[in-house]
Formats: sequence, C-alpha cells, structure tokens
Amino acid sequence: MKKIEAIIRPGKLDNVKDALGAHGVNGLTVTQVIGCGKQKGNTQVYRGVEYTIHLIPKVKIEVVVIDSDVDKVIEVITQVARTGEIGDGKIFVSSVDNVYTIRTGASGELAL
Amino acid sequence: MDTGDTAFILVSSAMVLLMTPGLALFYGGMVRKKNVLGTFMHSWIAIGLISLQWILIGFTLAFGTDHHGLIGGLDWLGLNGVGMDPNTDYAATIPAIVFMGFQMMFAVITPALISGAVAERMRFPAFILFMLLWATFVYDPVAHWVWGVGGFLRNLGALDFAGGNVVHISSGYSALVAALVLGKRKGLGKESMAPHHLPMTVLGAGLLWFGWFGFNAGSALGANGLAGMVFVNTNTAAAAAAIAWAFVERIHRGKTTMLGVASGAISGLVAITPACGFVTPLSSIVIGLVGGLVCYIAISVMKAKFGYDDALDAFGCHGIGGTWGALATGIFATKTINSAGADGLIYGNMSQLGIQATSVLITVVFAVVATFVILKVIGLFTRLRVNEEQEANGLDLSLHGETAYSEFI
Repeated sequence: MKKIEAIIRPGKLDNVKDALGAHGVNGLTVTQVIGCGKQKGNTQVYRGVEYTIHLIPKVKIEVVVIDSDVDKVIEVITQVARTGEIGDGKIFVSSVDNVYTIRTGASGELAL
Repeated sequence: MDTGDTAFILVSSAMVLLMTPGLALFYGGMVRKKNVLGTFMHSWIAIGLISLQWILIGFTLAFGTDHHGLIGGLDWLGLNGVGMDPNTDYAATIPAIVFMGFQMMFAVITPALISGAVAERMRFPAFILFMLLWATFVYDPVAHWVWGVGGFLRNLGALDFAGGNVVHISSGYSALVAALVLGKRKGLGKESMAPHHLPMTVLGAGLLWFGWFGFNAGSALGANGLAGMVFVNTNTAAAAAAIAWAFVERIHRGKTTMLGVASGAISGLVAITPACGFVTPLSSIVIGLVGGLVCYIAISVMKAKFGYDDALDAFGCHGIGGTWGALATGIFATKTINSAGADGLIYGNMSQLGIQATSVLITVVFAVVATFVILKVIGLFTRLRVNEEQEANGLDLSLHGETAYSEFI
C-alpha cells in the first residue's frame, strides 16, 4: 500500500476530488496548508504599507491506495491539477505499513 | 421642553454609543488574530469605565459651573441636581439628564479612539489607569474649554460643532504621544502586521458612519433644520473622502483597496465633525476630499517616514483629519447656515481661521503634555507594556486568557 500526498492549487480541489471519485478512489483526507517552492509569494498593500506574503495557501490531499492503483491516481491528479504554470504543486509517494478500520477492526488492504 | 427634540437626542445618544462597539470592530479587524479580543476590550472597557466616570465626576468637570474658564465645578458631582428639567445654558428643550447622557457617549468613545495607537502591546492595568486619568485630566477640561459656558476657547469664539477639538484632536495627538512612549511593536517591519479580518473592519466602519449621524446631527440638540443640514454635510464629507482616498490610492499604489475606501470615509467623518453645523453641503465636499487626501498622506507616507508605530492610525486619522476639520471650519463656515456661528475665510472673515488655529494649538499642546505626564506617572506604579513573551503569544491569551478563533475543531 502507498500513501499519495498531493499539494495542489486550492482551486483545483473539487476537480481532483471528482476525478478521483470517478476512478473509484472515494476515501481521501484534505488539509489546508501554506508553503513555498518555486512560486513566489504575492504583495499586499494595507493603507500604503506593503507586505510580501511568502507562504502561499495550498491544499494537501492524502489518499492511501493499493500498489497497483498508484500510477492511475498519480496520472489523474497530474492531469486534473496541472495548469502548466509555476505553482501547480507536488506529489509525494510513500509506503504504508498497515491500515485499520476503526469500526470493523479490519486491517491491511481489506481496510482500504 | 420639546418631546420631539428629546426623542431625537435619546436616539442620537444610542447611535453614538453604538460607535464604540463599531470602533472595536474597526480596530479589531486590523490587528493580528492573536490580539483581536485585547483590541475589542480597549473599546468595551472604555464603555464601562467612562460611563461611570462621567456620571460620578466627568460631567460636572466638563459642564459644571465655570472656574476661570478652565474647568467646571463640582456642583453636579454624582449627577446631583441633574434631573428631568432642562438646563437652559446648554439645551433648553430637552431634560438635563438627556443632555448629560448624550455627552456621556462622546466621553466614552474619545479615549477609546486612542487605543488604536497602543494596540497589540499595552498592558491591561496600565490601559485602565490611562483611560480614567486621561478622561478626567484631558477630556473633561478640553470639553469644558470648548463647550462649557465660560470655557475660554468658547469665549475666544472657536467653532467646534460636534467635537473636532474635544474628541478628535485631543485623542489624535494623545495617541501619537502614547505610541511614542510605548515604542514600536516587536518585529515591526520584519514580520507581517497585516490586518487579520478586513470584513470586520469594514463592518465597524459602517457602524461608525451610521452612528456619526447621531454624533453630528444630534449635536444640533434638537430635531430641526440645522440637524438636517448637519446630517447631509456629514454624509457628503464621508462620501467625498472615501472617493478621494480611493483615487489617490489608485494613483499612488495602482489599486483601490476596500480598507482604503473605509479609512477614507472615516477620515471624512472626522474632518466634517467640527464644521458640520456651520458649512454648506458644497463646502462639505471640499472638506471631505481634502480630508481623505491629507489622512492618506499622513498614514501612508508620513508615518513610514518618521517611523512611529501608530498601529491603527489613531493619530493619522483623528489627529490629522481633526486638525484639517478645525481649520476648514475657519475657512468654510457661514452664518447663512448657522447664525450662532461665524463667517469663515471665504466669506470675508480673516480672523476666524486664526481663532481656529489658536484653539487647535492650545488643545494639541495641552493634550501632548498631559498625556506624556499621565503615562509617565502610571509608569511609576506599573509597567505600561507587555513583556516579549506576552507580546509574542498575543494579548488575547496572555492578558485575557481567551482566544478569538479556535485553531482546532
């Protein structure tokens, strides 16, 4: 099993969620995050005082899938979340040792 | 006695009271989210403290029997003798207790205005002492000088319809002194001090604008034609200043901001306050336009140049806008609007502008010196400023033990 963490543009969240659902991935966790990368921050002016915002708001989607679904999920996210501009985000893939469903006690791939 | 006048002043009093919670929202939105309740508290505790101070001693110091033009006597201590009959010296058609209540709301909001300059760093006990001492030793005397029968600025012929000197100049320059005495917020210029909730600020500005009709039109002390004229002048100047700020901001920075339009409106309201009962609506346009412009320059250019940390621009808005308004009264006043007033510069009377400038200067010097002394005296007994850790954690948690926004759930 793999955990796929995708940091994406906030405006792409609904599209990615729908696309993943259409490909049978229904369980996911979403977090509002801020961070920085190649994309520069923006400048805001309040009563003539300038503030440069270096950390930009993004959305992080976490989804755990069986190994054979990883390529499909990455392809879906990449396709839907991509604009081609700097700031589209990153996807991280890592191994997951085990999964448990709290209600039933099921574990492993059955729990996904 | 007139029931219409009485009803109007009662409603106006409630509108002026609403300005102080409005001010809490206006200021609260502009601080960082860790300080929003501490900032609200400055306005709300002023309502509590000064309402009591005014009834016990403030009203009689401001409006009691004159002593040498400087201060009212103690004859109305604890509202002794202030009852349901009118006091013909001040308002012949409404009960004395209603006049007292209307004036109370002015006394409440004025020290609260200063809190914008000391936001995000003043200790609460020191703030409470400052409110009480400032109200007693600065507001009450200045109110007597300008509005009290026998007050020396009133006898000088200074025109201040609704509180340019008494409210805005006195609080504005005191705010500058308080900002200088307290020093800058930690991390100013390095960390972001951007406003945390502008919709809150804009809502507060809207409540202030609404309440200002009670503040200015109510100062006619009757439901009459003058009150109507004041009402229109007030709205006109606010509108003109909002437009002026929007325009100059776009020229200077490329974009018109919502905070700018709200700030502009407040600047215009400040500027028209002393003039509103003496000028025409067309003059109000000019007073508003210039008011928006000078406050923008003070806040966006002058503050950065001199480097004082007037956190929420209490001085830039009320000190500068109030000064312009007081001088503008000497320029644009006309007896055709108010026969009890005077003609200003453009109506051929050169002397009124000089009288206005003198009254501004006297108020500024007194407010600056008195505020400095009050803060130094308080400093002998207790620290004025929170420590570094409290400042970093925010006033809400470190001074009041509560937070505005839960981080989790």
